[in-house]
Amino acid sequence: MLEVSALCCMRGEREIFRDMSFVLADGAWIHIRGENGAGKTTLLKALTGLLRPASGSVAWNGIPLHESRDDFHRDLLYLGHANGIKDDLDAAENLMLAGSIVDAPTAAEITLAMRELGLNPSSRTPVRSLSQGQKRRVALSRLALGRTKLWILDEPFAALDTAAVASVCRLMDRHLDRGGALVLTSHQEVPLGGRGTEVWIGTPQENNP
Amino acid sequence: MNAFVAVLRRDLLLAMRRKSDVAMTLFFFIMVASLFPLAIGPETALLRTIAPGVLWVAALLASLLSLPRMFETDFADGTLEQLALAPAPLALIALAKILAHWLGACVPLVVLAPVLALQFGLDARAIAMLCLSLALGTPLLSLLGAMGAALTLGVRGGGVLVALILMPLYVPVLIFGAGVVDADATGMGAAANLSLLGAMLAASLFLAPLGTASALRIALE
Repeated sequence: MLEVSALCCMRGEREIFRDMSFVLADGAWIHIRGENGAGKTTLLKALTGLLRPASGSVAWNGIPLHESRDDFHRDLLYLGHANGIKDDLDAAENLMLAGSIVDAPTAAEITLAMRELGLNPSSRTPVRSLSQGQKRRVALSRLALGRTKLWILDEPFAALDTAAVASVCRLMDRHLDRGGALVLTSHQEVPLGGRGTEVWIGTPQENNP
Repeated sequence: MNAFVAVLRRDLLLAMRRKSDVAMTLFFFIMVASLFPLAIGPETALLRTIAPGVLWVAALLASLLSLPRMFETDFADGTLEQLALAPAPLALIALAKILAHWLGACVPLVVLAPVLALQFGLDARAIAMLCLSLALGTPLLSLLGAMGAALTLGVRGGGVLVALILMPLYVPVLIFGAGVVDADATGMGAAANLSLLGAMLAASLFLAPLGTASALRIALE
């Protein structure tokens, strides 16, 4: 369970948002919404612990982030704007590296994860020569690996085609069914089941519910 | 410890894929060290005197040249963010990256230094001393350099800034490192210089990863 209470974040002298509070229960998801530049990425970074909030707190299972950073990070899968993959390696190598710090995934798990996202597991092409959408697919294959309890995803659907969006949604639904929690930002509607809520940064746009 | 090994292997694998980066550092070192004898001419006594200094400066500049790549690509493609979110101390991860930098950028310099030293007419003992000083001193260059590279991460014109920040930190390393051969040749004994280098190495081995980790956290905010 992720609890955010009275969170306030600053960028330099500028206040991005204040008094942000919500609770994300296991098996539930939150869609962070807001205009471009509203501070969605800033909020996500504060949730992961990359950004230190000016005030307020984020707690994971009742323990504030700064007290149990490593335990929290063991449960966390974060995907930011950047894909977090190396151009010089192929997709399988990238997934192997990404997982190797916690516990290295087996080759079979990686093959399965890549299939899940419609990638060719036997391809040895360096990620450099893949398209933007394919790179995103490689990054999102991490969702199918491992058993992290909390996913924080910044614009996961960016650059994806409809088939890939469907596969990612399938992975998300499975994650939620297992009792995982999910926070994501997206400018499109997110067709997920389960308990989903919207959190707005700034004023909600009335004409675009 | 698992994280340390994983990051070290990752960085070495990446260095293998980008051999041109290693080659560039090495080529720069060879070029600078070879141009001096050509420019100065066949004055054996003079060449012998300046050899340790020239080789040390060349090694220092070569390692400086490779510093920006230490964190920049990881920062740009988001993998640094992922490393910072790994369930392991960031200082340990930084130490692994520093070790990988040393192995990839500095060890080749140490290995090549004896060959280049021959151009300056150094004798066997002087060459051995030079290599010993470089072997002790270049890890220091990587450790201090990592702090500079982390501090200037994401800054435009970071390369120049790194050089400016690191100059005062590099100067003692250079003085004691380059002084080893001279101290030994004049009969003073190189023990004092080597001990000082060792002490600096021990201190920065502990402090530099912590400083680097803090600087990386600021850059990632």
